[in-house]
Amino acid sequence: MAEFKEISPNATATAKLVNWFDNRFPTAGAAYRDHMSEYYAPKNFNFWYFFGSLAMLVLVLQIVTGIFLTMHYKPDAAAAFGSVEYIMRDVPWGWLIRYMHSTGASAFFVVVYLHMYRGLIYGSYRKPRELVWLFGCAIFLVLMAEAFMGYLLPWGQMSYWGAQVIINLFSAIPFIGPDLSEWIRGDYVVGDATLNRFFAFHVIAVPLVLLGLVVAHIFALHDVGSNNPDGVEIKAGPKDANGKPLDGIPFHPYYTVHDIFGVAVFLMVFTAIIFFAPELGGYFLEYNNFIPADPLKTPLHIAPVWYFTPYYSMLRAITTEMMYALSLILVLAVLFVIVKTRASGAVKGLLVLVAVAFLWMFNAFGFTGVGLLQGIDAKFWGVVVMGASVVILFFLPWLDKSPVKSIRYRPGWHKWMLAVFIVDFFVLGYLGVQPPSPAGERISQLGTLFYFGFFLLMPWWSRLGEFKPVPERITFAAH
Amino acid sequence: MKKLIITLIAALGIVTGAHAAGADTLAWDKAPNKLNDLPALQNGAKLFVNYCLSCHSAAFMRFNRLRDIGLTEQQIKDNLLFSTDKVGETMKAAIDPKQAKEWFGANPPDLTLIARSRSGHGGTGADYLYTYLRTYYRDPAKATGWNNMVFPNVGMPHVLWELQGEREPQFETRQENGHEVKVFKGWKQLSPGIMTPLQYDAAVGDLVGYLQWMAEPAQNSRVRVGVWVLLFLGVFTIFTWRLNAAFWKNI
Repeated sequence: MAEFKEISPNATATAKLVNWFDNRFPTAGAAYRDHMSEYYAPKNFNFWYFFGSLAMLVLVLQIVTGIFLTMHYKPDAAAAFGSVEYIMRDVPWGWLIRYMHSTGASAFFVVVYLHMYRGLIYGSYRKPRELVWLFGCAIFLVLMAEAFMGYLLPWGQMSYWGAQVIINLFSAIPFIGPDLSEWIRGDYVVGDATLNRFFAFHVIAVPLVLLGLVVAHIFALHDVGSNNPDGVEIKAGPKDANGKPLDGIPFHPYYTVHDIFGVAVFLMVFTAIIFFAPELGGYFLEYNNFIPADPLKTPLHIAPVWYFTPYYSMLRAITTEMMYALSLILVLAVLFVIVKTRASGAVKGLLVLVAVAFLWMFNAFGFTGVGLLQGIDAKFWGVVVMGASVVILFFLPWLDKSPVKSIRYRPGWHKWMLAVFIVDFFVLGYLGVQPPSPAGERISQLGTLFYFGFFLLMPWWSRLGEFKPVPERITFAAH
Repeated sequence: MKKLIITLIAALGIVTGAHAAGADTLAWDKAPNKLNDLPALQNGAKLFVNYCLSCHSAAFMRFNRLRDIGLTEQQIKDNLLFSTDKVGETMKAAIDPKQAKEWFGANPPDLTLIARSRSGHGGTGADYLYTYLRTYYRDPAKATGWNNMVFPNVGMPHVLWELQGEREPQFETRQENGHEVKVFKGWKQLSPGIMTPLQYDAAVGDLVGYLQWMAEPAQNSRVRVGVWVLLFLGVFTIFTWRLNAAFWKNI
């Protein structure tokens, strides 16, 4: 225990109160200093650095509005849809709470995507911040589960059939698939049991995990310190008399006032959507979801909500044809390794064996029609690709081999790589909203190849080109 | 890289273009905006209760919510309550759902949210309903004797036919890109209705306005509150901007 501090009887009432608490609960004061008043963040944060605190804001909004929604929502297949309409019509200001929650779901993904892209352009996942990035990726994954399960709760047509389609994906897994999807649903079709368990996960289980991960994310960040647009370590730079980095500035009050300004601007956009376009053209609230779930009536076109569509597109891109293309890429990659590397014959032989096993599983020999050579259906690989498209983000700290962190000092064409990556992500997202079409399928296949090429070839391309010298200290112009 | 982006964007254009060309049904007419026109909404409510509520329910809509469009509880009780005697009740259909299923082949859908759920690429749900209720035509091939231009083989007969009269669409065949296509040309009135075509359009406009209001009764106050919220945030943003600048002035 810390030393008990006596305070002068002439001190102000506030100082006495603070001292009283400090003697009895020093942890709170230490936490305040560690994370707010004496957490030194680089001075040169730009626009991109608003989205971390905005994600926190949206998380709090979702929890608070969610608590109020549960006061009138009924997780019962016969009553769920009606209870949402009850909230929208009969509960005073219920419509506002509901629109805040439904718009908040989309806003969460908007700010999280921008937050992740910031990490990508400034190399914020590079050493020593790998763990910050891993916690962040875990948050993203858990957030996807949270959003998916929450989307079932209004019990509209899109809720119901979206869940049906996604849970059915698990049945593509060989051997255990059908049992697994039945286990998730708790029934042969999506039904009351599914709704109840999704409610339980959505309102308590997943939010608890989410909060724990957010705490880990922030603690890990404050231990290693924030990155910045220059990718320069401020802790390695010059320090003042107290050993504080000269290029840093206390988070509170400087970045709290900065973030409040960001919050104000964000809230203008957020509330404009809530009050003037809560459906946002059918992207935030889908039109079909205003029809109660009907297990006997399949909608013509089922699509997930916009924030899942890039991955959904990649799932749909994996056709039998695409598996032949992937098999060819595998063969070429193995040939490249055999010709270009100096591994021993045994290693190369083993590599060929593994490759052949994969070709068999990829159903590359399926065209022969021989029963024994039949591999696994493309549908399963679609699920694998969709999962891999998210999981691959976890590996980013070890895929990026660029000698500098920030895009500012990387070759010009690296900026183009990132720009095309974003365009690719948008195109995949757009195609995922649309009904399947032959042209769309081809484009999404190219898009999928680029998406994975961007990451898997990163150890190679991120080293190439002419890098600019990184300055000793951050670039910062006084205000 | 630029080339790649241009190619991707061009490809996107092809996909969307193909999608737009795929819509070969009748384009939806723009529904008039009646959300702030209380007499029109009241007239729409009257038409709704008289013509729709016999078979369709509005299970999430309470009769006494009609006070929001300027009716008193006594007026609602005296003029609009047929299926119940309590103004706090929701709008239930007069028909027995089992019978309805037997007669029309499907249960008539609940109409509370129909103006929201029917939105799509062609326009808003109100546009759809405004077009749908004005494009019924005589079709002897159908069991009900009626068919519809935007909802082919619709199960519902033309409930408003007394008002509109009986009509038949006129088509002309044209050569387009080497194909023969049937193009809708206009209507032929077979027998007159109680209303003139202009009166009928106005009545359907009122009814659709009511359906649109009923789908989200809070929508007018939502927009009004939103204006104040944004005005507040506008001022708040200026304050936070200056506050931030004051703190960072000497950094």
